[in-house]
Amino acid sequence: MDEKATWFRGWMETSIGRVARISTHMGLRDTLGGCRVRWGIRRMHYHVPAGLYAVGQPTPESPVLVTANYKLSFDLLRRELSGKDLWLLVLETFGINVWCAAGKGTFGTTELINRVQKVQLDKLVKHRTIILPQLGASGVAAHQVKKATGFRVKYGPIRAHDLPSFLSNGQKASEENRRIHFTIWDRLVLTPMELVGAWKPSLVILLLVFIIGILSGQDFSLQGALSRSVSPALIYLGALLMGSFVTPILLPWIPGRAFSLKGAQIGFLWAFAVSLTLSSTWSLGSMIALFLIAPATAAYFAMNFTGCSTFTSLSGVQKEMRIAVPVIILSIVSGGVALLLGNLL
Amino acid sequence: MGFQYLRDVATLELDIDKCTLCGMCTKVCVHGVLAVDGNGVRILDKDACMECGACAMNCPAEAVTVRAGVGCSWAIFRDWFRRSGDSGEGDIQCDCS
Repeated sequence: MDEKATWFRGWMETSIGRVARISTHMGLRDTLGGCRVRWGIRRMHYHVPAGLYAVGQPTPESPVLVTANYKLSFDLLRRELSGKDLWLLVLETFGINVWCAAGKGTFGTTELINRVQKVQLDKLVKHRTIILPQLGASGVAAHQVKKATGFRVKYGPIRAHDLPSFLSNGQKASEENRRIHFTIWDRLVLTPMELVGAWKPSLVILLLVFIIGILSGQDFSLQGALSRSVSPALIYLGALLMGSFVTPILLPWIPGRAFSLKGAQIGFLWAFAVSLTLSSTWSLGSMIALFLIAPATAAYFAMNFTGCSTFTSLSGVQKEMRIAVPVIILSIVSGGVALLLGNLL
Repeated sequence: MGFQYLRDVATLELDIDKCTLCGMCTKVCVHGVLAVDGNGVRILDKDACMECGACAMNCPAEAVTVRAGVGCSWAIFRDWFRRSGDSGEGDIQCDCS
């Protein structure tokens, strides 16, 4: 246990040994750390030790909350618990949040049963109820936990923010607190990871644009190649931004259901905006290529936001991809052909 | 428009004969797909199902079934490439870190 951790507030003696007491205050370092991992920087090293923690001055009657050991999840939970006395059981999810870890099975039945037994929860508390976040339900079979440990799993609200009202309301979650939302803020904080994920393929594409810039010139000069690469590079980066940032933000207001279709529309608007500023100098071939490649690129990046969303199903995304992926490839290839023919003829 | 995804694709099934009316499935579903009414549990809005599998996982009577997985293009891409090697139907799992 790292006693210098931002959340550490000393030790508490209990019937099962000493338990770390944690702070419910979020400091600057916690906030900055949260921002950092949102950009994918050292995100896989952002965790707290699994085990039992105390919030406030809990007693054997105090409720037990269960969560994942991703520090961002841990922080968002503990900051909602100020003034409360309760136990926190942190599962080993290898630094992954509750919902994703439940999908992978690490926030799961086996880990929960093992952890309850390992910390000797039955000796610590007198009641036989543990409160899990609702999003953990896809990994945990409540009836099996009950059978193996004697503890009844109660699913709390989806958001940590609604825990205080859940606790003061006789541990009952309202219908509203059991429904997942996908607010503009929820979507916004997920977009940095989309941009970070697009970085590597983008480097390859920009290099390709530059090579084409060299080959398409008469003079093979570096300056000529660079100046020829600027517009296509900016058009690509714009299309990337349309697919992985603008489409997620505007998601519910763009017509259609498939994410790729939504992205293609925004990509088309981007191509249209580009064509208005460049049309006088561009060949017909380049123009056709622009309207084929930009929407396809945006569609591809928008499609990749399906994994971030709160409402797409495996069967749905499979169906979307069976249609969208061939169309995207065909659009980009035909755009390339149009570009080639337009410049050769 | 809104947050509706593709229609008529969800694999969610409910065997009402096995259902014991415990209501667990209605509590874990984040989209309110299942509901208890006078006669038993009902699938209210199948198209809203995201196949997370929470209902099936928490049904003690195994009355609810669904092909659970992640609605993520990356996971499916990986599955396509993996399957080119072997023909078996594997689990499509999230590989996000």
